Amino acid sequence: MSSVAADSHVHRAFHFYQESLGKKVVMAATGVVLFGYLVAHLLGNMQVYLGAEQMDNYAAFLHSMPALLWGVRALLLISIVGHIVSSIQLARLKSAARPVSYVKKEAIASSYASRTMMWSGPIIAFFVIFHILDLTTGAAGAAQFQDLRAYENLVYSFRRVPVAAFYIVAMVLLCMHLYHGLWSMFQSMGVSHPRYTPIIKRAAAWVAILMAVGFISIPISVLTGLVGANL
Amino acid sequence: MQLDSRIPSGPIEKAWDKARFEMKLVNPANKRKYSVIVVGSGLAGASASASLAELGYNVKCFCFQDSPRRAHSIAAQGGINAAKNYQNDGDSIYRLFYDTVKGGDFRAREANVYRLAQISVNIIDQCVAQGVPFAREYGGTLANRSFGGAQVSRTFYARGQTGQQLLLGAYQALERQVASGKVKMLARTEMLGLAVIDGRARGIVTRDLITGKVESHVADAVVLASGGYGNVYYLSTNAKGSNCTAIWRAHKRGAAFANPCFTQIHPTCIPVSGEYQSKLTLMSESLRNDGRIWVPKKKGDKRTPEQIPDAERDYYLERRYPSFGNLVPRDVASRNAKAVCDEGRGVGETGLGVYLDFSDAIQRLGADGIRERYGNLFEMYERITGEDPYRVPMRIFPAIHYTMGGLWVDYHLMSTIPGLFVIGEANFSDHGANRLGASALMQGLADGYFILPYTLGNYLAGAKLEKVDTAHAEFRSVENEVNAMTRRLLSIRGKRTVSSFHRELGKTLWEDCGMSRNRASLEGAIRKIRVLREEFWGNADVLGGGEELNQALEHAGRVADFLELGELLAIDALQRDESCGGHFREEHQTPDGEALRDDERFCYAAAWEYAGAGGQPVLNKEPLKFEYVPPTQRSYK
Amino acid sequence: MNLTLHIWRQKNASDPGRMVRYEAKNVNADMSFLEMLDVLNEELTLKGEDPVAFDSDCREGICGMCGFMINGVAHGPQRGTTVCQLHMRRFKEGDQLHLEPWRARAFPVIKDLVVDRSAFDRIIQAGGFISVSTGSAPDGNAILVPKPAADLAMDAAACIGCGACVAACPNAAAALFTGAKITHLAKLPQGQPERYQRVLGMVAQARQDLFGSCTNIGECEAVCPKAIPLDVIAGMNRDFIKASWERREEVIEKGAG
Repeated sequence: MSSVAADSHVHRAFHFYQESLGKKVVMAATGVVLFGYLVAHLLGNMQVYLGAEQMDNYAAFLHSMPALLWGVRALLLISIVGHIVSSIQLARLKSAARPVSYVKKEAIASSYASRTMMWSGPIIAFFVIFHILDLTTGAAGAAQFQDLRAYENLVYSFRRVPVAAFYIVAMVLLCMHLYHGLWSMFQSMGVSHPRYTPIIKRAAAWVAILMAVGFISIPISVLTGLVGANL
Repeated sequence: MQLDSRIPSGPIEKAWDKARFEMKLVNPANKRKYSVIVVGSGLAGASASASLAELGYNVKCFCFQDSPRRAHSIAAQGGINAAKNYQNDGDSIYRLFYDTVKGGDFRAREANVYRLAQISVNIIDQCVAQGVPFAREYGGTLANRSFGGAQVSRTFYARGQTGQQLLLGAYQALERQVASGKVKMLARTEMLGLAVIDGRARGIVTRDLITGKVESHVADAVVLASGGYGNVYYLSTNAKGSNCTAIWRAHKRGAAFANPCFTQIHPTCIPVSGEYQSKLTLMSESLRNDGRIWVPKKKGDKRTPEQIPDAERDYYLERRYPSFGNLVPRDVASRNAKAVCDEGRGVGETGLGVYLDFSDAIQRLGADGIRERYGNLFEMYERITGEDPYRVPMRIFPAIHYTMGGLWVDYHLMSTIPGLFVIGEANFSDHGANRLGASALMQGLADGYFILPYTLGNYLAGAKLEKVDTAHAEFRSVENEVNAMTRRLLSIRGKRTVSSFHRELGKTLWEDCGMSRNRASLEGAIRKIRVLREEFWGNADVLGGGEELNQALEHAGRVADFLELGELLAIDALQRDESCGGHFREEHQTPDGEALRDDERFCYAAAWEYAGAGGQPVLNKEPLKFEYVPPTQRSYK
Repeated sequence: MNLTLHIWRQKNASDPGRMVRYEAKNVNADMSFLEMLDVLNEELTLKGEDPVAFDSDCREGICGMCGFMINGVAHGPQRGTTVCQLHMRRFKEGDQLHLEPWRARAFPVIKDLVVDRSAFDRIIQAGGFISVSTGSAPDGNAILVPKPAADLAMDAAACIGCGACVAACPNAAAALFTGAKITHLAKLPQGQPERYQRVLGMVAQARQDLFGSCTNIGECEAVCPKAIPLDVIAGMNRDFIKASWERREEVIEKGAG
């Protein structure tokens, strides 16, 4: 302890993060960043309905500010790492806290979503890696992948049914993850009130559903020919 | 045996101040050289342990449960009295003193009761400061209610869970001292023997309930705070584990046992439903504030309550006691319930019950008004009986609830063994022959927080204590006794379960020495208990070993003690040839059936001395003087 | 009614334990669950078999001593009810009931359905009190407490420390128990001086006793016999964040050991 005692800020952060409550705050805070990104990303993606030019211009616009782009990417990377590391540490705590499991155990109040965060999370993480390789770097993209041709890349990618299906499944899981995560963020940060908590819970559910619907609409539009029919 | 009650001379108002001034003090630096054992962690034990540790003594506290927070004080519902007069309704220390002496039917020590009333105000302050969430008025001041027939509102409460909250306050104070290292807490550890060296209590022998290890603990003083012995009746409102073992084993080592026949029967309990019944559940007495008690006028009336019109109902308490009505003291309410059931007018399947009816109150206050006051009690009733008391009247019947008797103590709360202090329900206490509602919590905390810490210091400062350790021959001999008893219990291997003996003992006492007693029934009880005890030692079935968690063995040891105490209880009841408070001898009643005291012959506390197995216990009398509250016939008409 | 019981039998802490099947015949609907087990134990005793060990004391739902899992639910199927207050009328002929002890690293099994919950006492020792020694209290009405605050404190203070929250939590967290005590004392003016030190101490102790972490899913609230709300956990989190932010060196040194 003495080595960190010299620096009270380090010491304070150490003690904070040492507790599971501190880890959860880290998880909540990084969750806020990631959620913010998802909102921006969804709004960006919705431009697919405005046509190829708009979409490609948007991509070019983002790439015209490399400092900002890489700054955001760095922040996202840090948040993802923080989110994942804290969740792994908490999960290890969980298995240590109940080494002998029940012969019979019923869940009577918790939602399916809340109990499956440790499944939905890793699947989403795996999806994100694939998603970047598919549409950002093109390493796992469609044969026609071209750098910065966002609209075409997207359409060609989603015409591959397995890719579209994986995307849709991932977005359903994301919806569940957000459904519990959004409300849980408030609870972890200590925001709770008998009057507002039910409202927050309901709002979290709607936001999660709307976001999933927004994202899922894209591959469906591609597959049904609503988007990219001219390609 | 000489009984020196050590009551300070002079006016009663100054007695406690005078006593405190005259007490010797232990130098602050010397306190850490003393060690104290406290047995029990309820209101009395936890408050005493915490307070002694705060003063600097080294305390070892024992409880048989898994945590000190489980002690049965936790189940007290109604409230705690204090002469704060916050309601400006004419209350005072003197009035609380007067009510308590009168309520106890003039069988308590005046000076003790006066001190209790004085200290009551400090208790509330202490508990508030600890964070006990007492009920509050909208202005933020403490709320009060009238309770158990008191004419003033002096009862402080925390919903229907006052005992819980007060106990948690004391428990938290105790845990704070555990954290500071001044208290060593030994849970799941049962006291099975008392070590007396050179005539002074110097330690105890315990059994670790998980490993079965028998161990000696040495100290400079021993405090018993192990609660009452109501479970001698098997069915009572006490917790399943409540027992008399600590005080009984101390009695057998020389501590006098006072007034064992003073047992309190609480009028508002949920009736017995079958042979399997393991305990009785109390419904707070506060229910009598709004509920009306009645039975059908006709004998054997099997109609459902709503089919019986008002004219055919007998609201017997309102009829017999117009000024107190349903709020008469506990003993009066209980006896009247028994009387109407004996007449064949009892209700429910067993005929052992009376109605407690809220329909008038629901009309007056609305169901929501009732829910606000008694919601949790109504829910509890429905959970247990499956009936909804908002629609059907509750059925209630009296049950053993509290024992006013206990080890005899002087004004300093010290027993007849020097260095052995007894506090809370375990001592013969300040309640005389009948305890008023909301007074038990008050007494337990008064003893633990504000009396014992002074009187124990006085004892330690004045005693010349030899240095002893657990290698002393006395500890060996007590340990041997304890081990021998364990071996004996485990070797019987008879054909009856320990519970069946306990049930039979309880049934005998309830029928022959319960709400009312007479010479013949008491003589019969003594005979029956002796036979039962004999059978127990020849035919009880205790399985398992002594070196493991063995709940049957724990129970067997406690029942063995109850089988001895039960006999003393009946002997005491036989000796006290008068009626007073909860002790109702059928031979002694007024023409309209009220208890008739005999102050000429029985104005004393009966302190019994153990005379060996099979010996006739020796009676010592501490005469009681009433200089401030002249004895009168209690009247609640 | 007749029931089939599958009860966890474990001789002592080192025995691996197993489920054993028992038949409970002629169970009366008015019995409490523990009375049903009492009857079973008497039958086992007369047959010369070791009776089932389980904890109970007050048997009126307030001491918190009893508790085990019935078909995977802490304290059984009735909400807001301890197992001692659960009555057999909740069950029906032929039901199969699985009885298991609370399971958590922090609550090691002692025997059968009996577990060691002393970890809860240690959490209280770490700060679940107000440091006011006997005799030093001001008059009870000297500090006014708004009624809503007193009521909220009482809601949280109703906790009986039975451990059902830990047992029901998939993470075996003690968040509801710890949060309840923190909230009780934080709502009252008397609890303010030690408020932030208290939360740091108690939270650290829960970690040292190897309780898991809360994932805000609400199983604890659902099984709590006193219906302590999840809000108390949010309150604890809030105080923890504030306390961590304002943490001073001396507190750290004290808490670091």
